[in-house]
Amino acid sequence: MADTSVQTDSRNHEMIRLVEARKIYTMGRQEVRALAGVTITFLKGSFWAIMGPSGSGKSTMMNILGCLDRLTDGQYYFDGRDISTLGDDALSELRLRRLGFIFQSFNLIPQLTVQKNIELPLYYLGWEDEDSAARARVLAEEVGLADRLQHRPTELSGGQMQRVAIARALANDPQIIFADEPTGNLDTKTGLQILELLQKLHGEGKTIIMVTHEPDIASYAQIQLHMRDGLVERIDGQEGL
Amino acid sequence: MKQTRLMRNIYLGVENLLLHKLRSFLTMLGIVFGVGSVVAMLSVGEGASKEALDQIRKLGSNNIIISSVKSVEEESASNVRTHMSIYGLTYEDFRRISESFKDVQKTAPVKIIRKESRLGERMLELRVVGTTATWFELVPRAVIAGRVLTALDVEKNSPVAILTEFGARKLLATENTIGQTLQIGGDRFEIVGIVQSESGEAGNIQIPDQQVDAYIPIEVARKYFGDIFTRRSSGSFEREKVELHQVILQIDSVDHVEPTAAAVETMLERFHDKKDYRISVPLALLRQAEATKRRFNIVLGSIAGISLLVGGIGIMNIMLASVTERTREIGIRRAIGAKRRQIIYQFLIETVVLSTTGGLIGLGLGVLIPFLITIISGMATVLTLWGILLPLLISMMVGILFGLYPAIHAAKVDPIVALRHE
Repeated sequence: MADTSVQTDSRNHEMIRLVEARKIYTMGRQEVRALAGVTITFLKGSFWAIMGPSGSGKSTMMNILGCLDRLTDGQYYFDGRDISTLGDDALSELRLRRLGFIFQSFNLIPQLTVQKNIELPLYYLGWEDEDSAARARVLAEEVGLADRLQHRPTELSGGQMQRVAIARALANDPQIIFADEPTGNLDTKTGLQILELLQKLHGEGKTIIMVTHEPDIASYAQIQLHMRDGLVERIDGQEGL
Repeated sequence: MKQTRLMRNIYLGVENLLLHKLRSFLTMLGIVFGVGSVVAMLSVGEGASKEALDQIRKLGSNNIIISSVKSVEEESASNVRTHMSIYGLTYEDFRRISESFKDVQKTAPVKIIRKESRLGERMLELRVVGTTATWFELVPRAVIAGRVLTALDVEKNSPVAILTEFGARKLLATENTIGQTLQIGGDRFEIVGIVQSESGEAGNIQIPDQQVDAYIPIEVARKYFGDIFTRRSSGSFEREKVELHQVILQIDSVDHVEPTAAAVETMLERFHDKKDYRISVPLALLRQAEATKRRFNIVLGSIAGISLLVGGIGIMNIMLASVTERTREIGIRRAIGAKRRQIIYQFLIETVVLSTTGGLIGLGLGVLIPFLITIISGMATVLTLWGILLPLLISMMVGILFGLYPAIHAAKVDPIVALRHE
């Protein structure tokens, strides 16, 4: 009995679980095993850094976890639910309601103002104009850009653009934030500010999964996941949990 | 809520299109000219056919007009110097037609005489029509001054004349001229009225009163001027004997017009050994004109279709380029959680906004051009609601039709590839 209760408990804490996850691409005639059978559990409220040399499968891992891509084989449990067989629309819905993304190259839409960029997820969520404008203001304040709402992304510095991207990633109040080399295009100082912001979000209970190849950056995360040849090579920092 | 969302989407579409003003404008041009030319052509065509139909209606859709024509044999024989051509409808024909058909309600004979005439100091050749009072019932024209022929005039063979507007203008006659004496040939007539005249042609028949200057009672015309006319042409005399130049019949109902026309023809065939008459049925012409109009519309429709097709392809081309250019944007939207159909919707709205705006500008152009044509050439143009709505509707459809492929193309963009796209 005790055993079952512990299991239920751990399932409640579990955010993502991959079971024998495989992703195989065919490039020309060659098969590339980007994920070669990964089994791993990400707990709610944890802060992960996925590391590894290029070709190790960390980008594929990120795309799979972020529901941008589907497994060739294996299971993906999101919040206890198997989503490996979901269709495109259902995955879009999942990204819309539960996930937030931050990219190395910021990926703001250049023709939209800062405010409209932040409002983008809310637009797809079907929010009313006034509500999403109010939310955009709050978020901009949170990342320290309240005075830049009407600017275009091109008028901002790299650090500011990344903060807009973070505000946008937070607009839908996601459970998980995916950060793909979030400091890659920034100088050290602004990079640190972004990392501090991510730590703050982690402190507020968000699950954060970050891809990076720099150990310095990865050290800001709780857990470092090292990948090689489509497999988990080593996990550091999990013991403390 | 639904409404405001659509409005917002349209607003976003407009914003996106305004980012590339010149490109959007150039893209629209195909539709602008397509819709513009369709609207303009439709309204000019509608105007022209309305004019033709009006003219035919003026002839009276219940009427049959029988005219005397020189037969082919006579035409060649008249080259002989001393020959006298005898042809056309006779008084006997008129009597027979008036009495034999139960569906014929009214008949009016027409005898045309060209005579040197004089009013006061002015002297010129007039075309004078000898007819009866019934003429004015069959070819109703407004009276400007005085009166028209009466049955009494005809019965009593009164030497009276009614001027048409044409005649009055030629003779410089005014209302005050009524009561004065008009000399036709060697005989004196009292001017008793002036009537309005209609101009123009209807199909291939002339309006009966076209180029008529004056009317006189038919018996007077016959007695004073006889049936033989001499015309001097290129040094030789041409002599013709024609009793009646035209007979106009009014039939009791539209349904009986064509059968009666056939019956009249059969009868005339029996009494004329040459075909020296022609039967015109305005109703048949009306039908013909309507058929022509339909054909004209089909041709216009095809031209419109082709120009809109070309315009649509232009739009599709630019939208495909735009999709490629905005691959990254599509990727971002998809990563954030936009569904495929929302991407389709976004691009489709842009295309429809583009094509409909083009359609509206084209409509403006298409309304302006006929307006200018009317001002400059005086040609009648008619703008129908149908002629405005249809091209607009079609331009919207073109947007949807040619926007669909680029939009679907956009929705197929893989977000992972798109996010890496530079």
